Amino acid sequence: MIYLQLFWAFFQIGLFSFGGGYAAVPLIQSRVVEGYHWLEMSQFADLITIAEMTPGPIAVNSATFVGQQIAGLPGALVCTLGCILPAFIIVLLLSWLYIKYRSLKAMQGILTGLRPAIVAMIASAGVTLLTLALFDASLTELCLSDFRIVECILFCVSLLVLRKIKIGPIPVIFGSGIVGMIVYVLLEKIGV
Amino acid sequence: MKKANEETISSRQKPLTDGQMCMQLFWITLTLSASTFGGGFVIISMMQKKLVHQLHWLTEDEMLDMTAIAQSSPGALGVNIAIVTGYRLQRLKGALICAVGAVIPPIVIISILSLFYSQFRDNRYIAIMLQVMRAGVAAVIADVVIGLAEKIIKSKSILWIGMMAAAFAATCFFRVSAVTIILICGATGLLHALTPSGKEGKG
Repeated sequence: MIYLQLFWAFFQIGLFSFGGGYAAVPLIQSRVVEGYHWLEMSQFADLITIAEMTPGPIAVNSATFVGQQIAGLPGALVCTLGCILPAFIIVLLLSWLYIKYRSLKAMQGILTGLRPAIVAMIASAGVTLLTLALFDASLTELCLSDFRIVECILFCVSLLVLRKIKIGPIPVIFGSGIVGMIVYVLLEKIGV
Repeated sequence: MKKANEETISSRQKPLTDGQMCMQLFWITLTLSASTFGGGFVIISMMQKKLVHQLHWLTEDEMLDMTAIAQSSPGALGVNIAIVTGYRLQRLKGALICAVGAVIPPIVIISILSLFYSQFRDNRYIAIMLQVMRAGVAAVIADVVIGLAEKIIKSKSILWIGMMAAAFAATCFFRVSAVTIILICGATGLLHALTPSGKEGKG
């Protein structure tokens, strides 16, 4: 009945992980490492490292990783299903309410009030990422001497390209990765 | 302003059949999810670029409303926003398609990587590329934020502009949780709408 256990554990993780991202990490740890002993602490640390290096939400990444380790591909699928099912139901319910009632004056008011907040949250996520890109540190432990000029130029060029040319985000992201890597390798060759 | 937005929605250049739109939605969530390095707000910025600016399937305001919904639910933001977008455009069918599209890339990538994990982690070129790619990701977010903030500032409402600034400071510097901010700003918006004269009470 390992599948049922896996499903249930990740169902709980999916249900109680408000705030997304790293907010879910302690919860995952308490279930996967301390509760069921599916992973050693060192494996869990590895998992967080991989999750950080790959696209996709950390909860889904851990679900796949744990499921894979414990019960192969079926395990991975069961865990992922458990992990997104609570969100799926709640999001559907909210979306249905939104589409049904969004023309009401009260609902309009709430939504108008939320828009500036959402813009602010996206901006805040952007600032966090930008400091990571330019200083390889978070905002609180930022050190000006760590400033990375290559990343700064890449950021400015990418932004300029996005604002001036009609181009999708994906080519810009991978383009900046490839160009940046080439620049770093070349700099190394010259011996800077 | 609002009217102009609605018109762009109704005047999609080529009307798609539901099936075609579902296929496109699946492909869009799949590719965006495969390139969301850096968390849920990255996928939101990318969807904004793709679905609002390139395809004109949604308005900017709708995208923000849907982000609020995704933020108000538990679970991963990137998956939630895919579900609400799918539901908005193609109801239950769309929600299922987008949810599947959003989780396939992490499942595939993690399944493969859990086999070659140590080689992957210790590869220098991958490490460099992941670091520099953040600059591109930050640029995508910055581009979207500039567009959105411009719109709020053009509304010339001191209340909304002030709230945007306050919410930014609260999340960025004081780590106030998203739920708290959503509750406060939603309540302020509600009060503002229900106050007869529309006189602004600062929240």
